[in-house]
Amino acid sequence: MAKVDLLQLRPEGLYCEIGDFYIDPWRKVHRAVVTHAHSDHARWGMGRYLCAEEGRDLLAARVGTASLIQGVAFGEVVHHRGVQVTLLPAGHIRGSAQVKVEYQGEIWIVTGDYKLQNDATCTPFELGRCHCLITETTFGLPIYRWRAPEAIGHEINAWWRANQSEGRTSVLLGYALGKTQRLLSLLDPSIGPIYEHGSSAKLTEIYRATGCALPPAKNPTQEPKGTDFAGSMVLAPPSAVGSSWLRRFGDVRTAQASGWMQIRGIRRRGAVDRGFVLSDHVDWPSLLSVIRESGAERVLTTHGYAAIVSRYLVEMGLDSTPLETPFTGEANAEEEEVEPAPV
Amino acid sequence: MQRRRRWNLRRFSQLFSALDATNKTQEKVAAMADYFRSSPAEEAIWAVAFLCGQKLPSMVSRTKIREWAGETAGVPDWLFEACYDAVGDQSETISLLLGGGESSPRSGAQTDEVHLGEWVESRLLPLADDGEQDQKRKLQQLWTQLTPQEIFLMHKLLGGGFRVGVSQDLVVRALGEATGVPVPILAHRLMGKWKPTPEFFAQLISPDAGATHDRQPYPFCLAHPISEDPASIGPASDYLFEWKWDGIRCQAIRRNGILSLWSRGEELVNEAFPEVLRTLEALPDGITLDAEILAWDGERPMPFTSLQRRLGRKNPGKKLLSEVPVVLVAYDLLEFEGQDLRELELDRRRELLRRLTEAHRDLRGLRISEGMQFAEWPEAEAARSRAREMGAEGLMIKGRSSLYQGGRKRGIWWKWKLDPFTIDAVLLYAQRGTGRRASLYTDYTFAVWRGEELLPIAKAYSGLNDEEIAEVDAFIRKNTLESFGPVRSVKPELVFEIAFESIQLSSRHKSGIAVRFPRIARWRRDKSATEADTLDAVKALLATLR
Ligand SMILES: [Zn+2]
Ligand SMILES: [Zn+2]
Repeated sequence: MAKVDLLQLRPEGLYCEIGDFYIDPWRKVHRAVVTHAHSDHARWGMGRYLCAEEGRDLLAARVGTASLIQGVAFGEVVHHRGVQVTLLPAGHIRGSAQVKVEYQGEIWIVTGDYKLQNDATCTPFELGRCHCLITETTFGLPIYRWRAPEAIGHEINAWWRANQSEGRTSVLLGYALGKTQRLLSLLDPSIGPIYEHGSSAKLTEIYRATGCALPPAKNPTQEPKGTDFAGSMVLAPPSAVGSSWLRRFGDVRTAQASGWMQIRGIRRRGAVDRGFVLSDHVDWPSLLSVIRESGAERVLTTHGYAAIVSRYLVEMGLDSTPLETPFTGEANAEEEEVEPAPV
Repeated sequence: MQRRRRWNLRRFSQLFSALDATNKTQEKVAAMADYFRSSPAEEAIWAVAFLCGQKLPSMVSRTKIREWAGETAGVPDWLFEACYDAVGDQSETISLLLGGGESSPRSGAQTDEVHLGEWVESRLLPLADDGEQDQKRKLQQLWTQLTPQEIFLMHKLLGGGFRVGVSQDLVVRALGEATGVPVPILAHRLMGKWKPTPEFFAQLISPDAGATHDRQPYPFCLAHPISEDPASIGPASDYLFEWKWDGIRCQAIRRNGILSLWSRGEELVNEAFPEVLRTLEALPDGITLDAEILAWDGERPMPFTSLQRRLGRKNPGKKLLSEVPVVLVAYDLLEFEGQDLRELELDRRRELLRRLTEAHRDLRGLRISEGMQFAEWPEAEAARSRAREMGAEGLMIKGRSSLYQGGRKRGIWWKWKLDPFTIDAVLLYAQRGTGRRASLYTDYTFAVWRGEELLPIAKAYSGLNDEEIAEVDAFIRKNTLESFGPVRSVKPELVFEIAFESIQLSSRHKSGIAVRFPRIARWRRDKSATEADTLDAVKALLATLR
């Protein structure tokens, strides 16, 4: 007897028919399990939301309807119409979860976005065993192999110090949700004052309020007129480049922190002086080890290099196909922070 | 304790990072100057060579490198290809596949510094003599020893060099900052052929001005194109005008009896032009001429395509020498009686050049470039419009009080070229030529489409070679529609690309426009008459004028 797929792709999103819920749907549905609060995964207008307790307030800030959101602890089993749903930490950003769906012994895991590297701002990734793994492949090429984030943190602090010694302000660009807070956690506050852009400040506040210790960061617009920012560190979203907001900092050096900075051409085409390779997505070796250790016989791929990873897995003897989804992964520009219009 | 020698490229790699991390000229120069100050000669001179664009000989096949890298990384061909597509550069792809990640060597590990020169000479150059198996083994070993960026640089060097937004001019400026040796001296010493040895580096940065190497040319002074109103560069009377020839710009040097003919690309072209060497030999010792080698038929220059037959042909035979004779047209005198004249004003240098060429009037292979002066710009413009009939590309405009400065310095020399427009037109009428070609139909009238009708737009008679003229002549005779007097109308079938210098409205022409100085650029055998341009398309060119 052919088994029915636990999850299938519908125009609304990834659907569990038996449990009658969607995972990270992109159209309005009555019941959504949301892996994390990035805009391509968490959309406005769902009837009810289920997410990890750690990310509940972030999701509420993103979709605006706190009363409709149910938060569950990592590892707790939610029973729903005979289906067991468990959220496992994904280590991508604060509150990011993988969704484990189990029915009559058949287990599927949807990773959402994830990484295995250290990140002080969220619960570390936890591997789950499953029959079918639906994994992201944003950086699914063997050229993407991340160095230890601690080493990147040292480089960032060294860059800050060097700029400071030249009387310049350091402007470090990263997405408002997730990257900014991770960067903040890597900064050495003894070097000088840290500022952050208003768009991330309220999210950073939620990080702190939910138990994540981060160095203090001030809002530059609330400083007295004529404040000298020379030597300080400014965290801002990529969209701040070229804005009048940036002008107040005088002589600046800019840098961007992203996985795409691995590629020289991208680094050089960008409008920034420096690129730091720091990603919140899984790299090639970790991707392969997760797939291997999950025990999955079937792997469905989403984001970025889905087709390539899938072909590679097929050559390794696994059952694999790419899934067509509108997930964008780590956008190369500021897209990740663009709120899509409600459908 | 045994210290592990990690043959690293640390210093050079750091320089590369610094250059790559900024697009500000001054920061690039500062980074290079720091590097030159802190590097031993054996290292610095190789960096100078690479940064100035010198290339290593090709030693290992690019395809093989790709194959071995894929195999070593455990990446199948199609996946290597996908990576390459994402990266856009083979060297970088390899560095990311083999050197990335957390396992890459730490710079903090106990390593001995090995300078760039020793590294290149002991690790890279010997690959030339290795068989494929040894090459593979050695590369695999290097891949485990180097950081990702060092791997990237190594493959760039193996693959023929890299670009990091640095020109020879900037390298020279940095060397000047690091050593205090004046920039023009450094630039001069870097001219021509040299080997990246520590001895050469010592000469290069030696503070004493020293005797010039017998073969060494001076950095060429280059011109900027004039794109706008020429009056914007000041009064015409401040300038000396010369024809801009389409030949081979060169420096002709005679020092201590040694003759050198350097092209602008710093190639020694002595062997291609023996008659120029004989001319040079007849001149006094200790001179350097800035000149143009031109193919010359006795009255005017021959097309550049003729000269091309001479270029790159060592020790040309009698036949070629008589078919394409060349002359040396002298623009400038840079050195006389062993004295560097570059600090003299152009007027003064030209005066000395004039005296020199006067004294050697009898040398048929030497001509002085005609110097022209104009009180007003319209006169200069009139001269420029004659350039085509002179066989020149336009005018050179040189500041009369300018010194001879190497590189493309702004505001000293300008080139004011005729820039031709081109259209595709159909041969409509033909007329017999004159003189040597009186028996052939060589004067043509070309037309473009207005609706279903072909309207004459230009007459032209130059631009085809003898074979083509004969072929067109035969076509005309076979396809004549009507004859009126010496003129035949022909079946509209042949299409030619017509180049002209300018275009204007004209009530005297049926087409309503007149083109200036039309000539045949080439025969478009690939086009049929219906594919020729329309009058509207030609009129659209008018709009580009202003
Ligand atoms: Zn995400
Ligand atoms: Zn995503």
